[in-house]
Amino acid sequence: MATAAGDAILSVRDLRISFGTYAGEVEAVRGASFDLRRGETLAIVGESGSGKSVAARSIMGLNPESNTIVRGGEILFEGEDLLTLSERRMQGVRGPKIAMVFQDPMSSLDPTMKIGRQIEESLRKHLNLSGARARERSVELLKLVGIPNAEARLKQYPHQFSGGMRQRVVIAIALACDPKVLIADEPTTALDVTIQAQILELTRELQDRLGMSIILITHDLGVVASTAHRVAVMYGGRIVETGTVREIFYNPQMPYTWGLLASIPSPNADRSEELIPIPGTPPDAIDPPRGCPFDARCPYAMKVCGDEMPEPTTFSPEHWAACWLHHPMAPKVEPPARVRGER
Amino acid sequence: METTNRQITLTPELFEPAQRSTQEAEKITGAPTGFWSDAWRRLRRNRIAVVAGAVILLVLVLAFGGPWLTSYTPTGQDLTRQYTEPSLSGFWFGTDQFGRSMFDRVWVGTRVSLYIAALVTAMDIFVGMSYGALSGYYGGRVDNIMQRIVEILVGVPILVVAVLTMLILKPGILSLTIAIGLTGWTSSARLIRGQVLKLKEQEFFLASRSLGASTFRLISKHLLPNVFYIVIITLMYTVPTAVFFEAFLSFIGLGIQPPDASLGALISDGAHQMRFYPFLLIYPALVLCLITVGFRLLGDGLRDALDPRMRK
Amino acid sequence: MLKYMLKRLVNAFVVLFIIATATWFLMQLLPGSPIQNAEKLTDEQEAQVGEQYNLDKPLPVQYGLYMVGLAHGDLGDSYQFGGKPVTEILMQRFPVSAFLGTQAIIVGVVVGLLLGVIGALKQNTIWDSAAAFLAVLGVSVPDFVLAPLAQYWLGLKLGIFPIAFFESWWHSVLPSLVLSTVIAAVIATFTRTEMLEVLGQDYVTLAKSKGLSRLAVILRHVLRNSLIPLVTILVPLTAALITGTLIVETVFSIPGIGEQFVRSIFDKDFPIIMGTTLLYAFFFVASYLLQDFLYGIIDPRIRVAGHKE
Repeated sequence: MATAAGDAILSVRDLRISFGTYAGEVEAVRGASFDLRRGETLAIVGESGSGKSVAARSIMGLNPESNTIVRGGEILFEGEDLLTLSERRMQGVRGPKIAMVFQDPMSSLDPTMKIGRQIEESLRKHLNLSGARARERSVELLKLVGIPNAEARLKQYPHQFSGGMRQRVVIAIALACDPKVLIADEPTTALDVTIQAQILELTRELQDRLGMSIILITHDLGVVASTAHRVAVMYGGRIVETGTVREIFYNPQMPYTWGLLASIPSPNADRSEELIPIPGTPPDAIDPPRGCPFDARCPYAMKVCGDEMPEPTTFSPEHWAACWLHHPMAPKVEPPARVRGER
Repeated sequence: METTNRQITLTPELFEPAQRSTQEAEKITGAPTGFWSDAWRRLRRNRIAVVAGAVILLVLVLAFGGPWLTSYTPTGQDLTRQYTEPSLSGFWFGTDQFGRSMFDRVWVGTRVSLYIAALVTAMDIFVGMSYGALSGYYGGRVDNIMQRIVEILVGVPILVVAVLTMLILKPGILSLTIAIGLTGWTSSARLIRGQVLKLKEQEFFLASRSLGASTFRLISKHLLPNVFYIVIITLMYTVPTAVFFEAFLSFIGLGIQPPDASLGALISDGAHQMRFYPFLLIYPALVLCLITVGFRLLGDGLRDALDPRMRK
Repeated sequence: MLKYMLKRLVNAFVVLFIIATATWFLMQLLPGSPIQNAEKLTDEQEAQVGEQYNLDKPLPVQYGLYMVGLAHGDLGDSYQFGGKPVTEILMQRFPVSAFLGTQAIIVGVVVGLLLGVIGALKQNTIWDSAAAFLAVLGVSVPDFVLAPLAQYWLGLKLGIFPIAFFESWWHSVLPSLVLSTVIAAVIATFTRTEMLEVLGQDYVTLAKSKGLSRLAVILRHVLRNSLIPLVTILVPLTAALITGTLIVETVFSIPGIGEQFVRSIFDKDFPIIMGTTLLYAFFFVASYLLQDFLYGIIDPRIRVAGHKE
């Protein structure tokens, strides 16, 4: 997959987002930074609890108002910091500029509203289309995402569609106003494997056709390999490594990334090879560790890892990782055999 | 790339491997959480529920121990001291038209009302649970028929059943219990049946069954713990409903008759004489409200605390 | 849809049939008959009264006559009031009760919805706590406590409202208000819970992600999905309303069906008691049917597919 070079259309800088809960302040995102380049697909990879969904929703300002606290950072898009925009102006961004596709197609659509109407809502609000024009465009959109019998389908309700079809509808809604950026939050996790492949194929096609930039959030490295140009690995509310797909898969520099790659079962392996999951669970977001978030589970952890947050080290124009192992004073460490063997 | 403001001095020892066992990696930072301790903690934090619980406890204690606090009795009549206003030095809740101590009467009445409510709740749980469990467990035709019956019973309002029952039976604790509890068990039955059906599909159930476990063992070991919290919550809501209905029936003359006391009978009397002696109404009414409000708030609190979804 | 409604109708009939039969049985078991209420009658007069009330026919025939009569809306004759038909007595009083009830429903629904929506939108603020507290009070404080208290404070002491009887519209305000408390409380709690549930749903977030205004999201997606389940409480609400009117009419001496019912219990006028009970049962079952009907219309799954999936 060719790397898409280009300038950043969306930049997230040192984003810090917390939630106020009855148990205390939950620090979901603790200084995450990443760029989305024009026309590329950036995959944000991480376990549940890493903060990736929260970060994505923050871009669109979709976190619950009542208890979300923006503790710092900027989200730069078209010359403005989205975090500072008023709700009114954000409404102008959502839809026409940035759109989102959610994880569970079963619950993403209003069960009591016809599909056609749900698509037309965007069209009416942002493009001022109505009546026949709106319907035309809706039919176009359904055709675009590969739903047959579009005219008839417009009058139907979500429960009359299968899971994969519903996700296509959600994509159609997202594309309604030709957004520049599409954020897909685990779009295929709730779908069967075969449907997954179809949806991913669809997004690739759409990207080629429409030139959108896509942020793809996932925990599935297989999806990353087949769809993304660049990857950002997220853990404990921070981005710990970033690079092109090749760089991440073939030359990963951070133990967490090694762990992720090592835990993919290899189709070529025989039964004697153990599956290597990463032991332990993600850090407590209410009481986050002071140093590197991966410290507690890292087999290469050093004393400094628990005390101080590592600075990122750059390996190539696209590739950087934040780990104390790269410090000149650290011992030289080789990635585990399995990771090295992935050549 | 972020800039740190602090200057960190890095020494070579810091780059030695950190001594750590795998157990630490598995350690979930933060206080330990189990389902029940989690729930208990959440409940304790809910101040309203805690207050409600305390109030109910107070009422219970007074219901049984209240009359001991005074030298008067609930039935001792003395017409020379009828209708005395409540005062701290004399009768705390005043006296009624027969000169009986309202304080004593109220707590005795509370006892009766709570007793009836307890009986109704017991009936609700036993009949409802058994019915629902059996219906769900056997499934098929049996289940179908049993559910049809429930559907019909549900369509009959408690009011109608209670009134009709009280008309033929002589008013008394047992008859009231039957009247109120006759159709109320249906919601418990449905809930339990739902749980049983869900459990039937789970693997450990099939596993135990294939190992030859008897029906009883299956029910007691697998079903009961899972439905425990449903039972508790149902309890919390059945008690105030039963107390309400008993009071309602007494109010319209079908409940506990004088000279026996129950909260409903006392409120009914009090309402009739409220024009001149409001205290006759206020005290029993207050106790009734404390019970209903208390159980409901506690029930809400328990439900919130035990709801697995709230664990987020 | 039609199939569904037919099933529900049959069920309703079965319930009513059972209740009517049970009522008739009870009538037979009850002590007291028209003859007891009069002074000593001669044998001839006794026979006459017996004939009038069909007491001389064999039991199964009496049952049959009774059921046929029911089908025609004949609820028998009262033991008092000189044998006036129960139906007539009840119909006379019906408009009064209906008026009180309707007023109570209107006030209850409006206040309830307001409290519920405010509670959900301003979750965990002082408004929410206040609304929730009022709701709990409304449900837990029984009408037979609230009514006399309201009568005492607002009627007697403060003199704002008249204490009893039904001489003008103003007389109906306090009773209706008391009656409406339960309705408002139940609707408020329910609406708030539903709204909160809906607000947390993915499709609401999706709606927001389309760039719709907050108002549009609430009006078009949240409200509709939150209010639909309100249909579920139609039945318990009817039950609460009926029990409420019984009490409120008695306390405020309003000449409605409820007041008559309570009076008949004291007077042991069994035909009226039975008749009213049947009437109430009828309303209850009717509300059940209405609920089922509304479900059918509102839930597109039933409407389109003809049955629930």
